[in-house]
Amino acid sequence: MIPTPDLSHLTSKDYNLVYEPAGPHLPLLDALEADLETLKGAEPRICLEIGSGSGCVSTFFARALVLLYICTDINPHANRATQATGRQNRRLQRRPGGIGGAWAGGWDGMEVTNKFLEQVEGLLSENGRFYLVALKQNNVPEIRERMLQRFQLKSEIVIERRAGREYLYILHTSGRDRHRVDMKMWHL
Amino acid sequence: MVRLITHNLLACHVKGCNANNFPLEFRNVELEIREAEFNPDFVKGFLPKIEWKALVDTARQLGDTSLPEEQPEMLDDDFLKNLHHVLLEIHVEEGAMVCPNCKHEYPIASGIPNMLLAEHEIA
Ligand SMILES: [Zn+2]
Repeated sequence: MIPTPDLSHLTSKDYNLVYEPAGPHLPLLDALEADLETLKGAEPRICLEIGSGSGCVSTFFARALVLLYICTDINPHANRATQATGRQNRRLQRRPGGIGGAWAGGWDGMEVTNKFLEQVEGLLSENGRFYLVALKQNNVPEIRERMLQRFQLKSEIVIERRAGREYLYILHTSGRDRHRVDMKMWHL
Repeated sequence: MVRLITHNLLACHVKGCNANNFPLEFRNVELEIREAEFNPDFVKGFLPKIEWKALVDTARQLGDTSLPEEQPEMLDDDFLKNLHHVLLEIHVEEGAMVCPNCKHEYPIASGIPNMLLAEHEIA
């Protein structure tokens, strides 16, 4: 088990502005932990997290795997929270740093999913792995179908679970094209 | 945080801006040097990901001339330490990154770069 990072710098005021992590048992982190040995074997160098919120996933995971963590979020409060979470957990060798959101536009699931599907293939390195956090209402079967039909990306559901009020899916797919990002996490 | 390791991966993504859009040029920067633990394996492993000329040129613009024009074949400790410093210890806290092609300006405030584009600039 990867030790829980210190999130004491975040207050309820922050949680009004950024997504609150649902305790230490984040489904995404569980999925990453389950794949830890495979991930290590692929010798990744870069992890890109899109929609980093409080920054706790990259901060957690940085304890298990030394990588360059690039965190983006469209929400400026989340950028600051991610940066603060990285600093609070200072003994990390590679602290996650925030980057302002990659895309403007609506934050509803489908628009963002479409954007991501157009780009994911070109972003992943040959051994790259991609994890997608989706809600039940994002229509997971349709996302998977689209990934397969339009982008020839075969996905699998590695975790599905109720987390608080939400029902979450973690999808996983691997990249084929050669590029510079080795690992990517996306929260819808 | 904007360090040169991150800067070396960023290109302009304005709609239609596909050539000469890398590396972004730093403008009006405020730098902070923060020591980071030296991990030779990490630095060595990252080397194949790096656009060497862009890194050397950018480091020189920021006043660091420790890296050679050509990437050396022998990776000795001195070289790796210089590379470690350039990649991971120079933090751009304030300023902007400007696209050499379309001149779009990506501001940096409190160490956070804003890569967000307006609706009409998105591909
Ligand atoms: Zn441009």
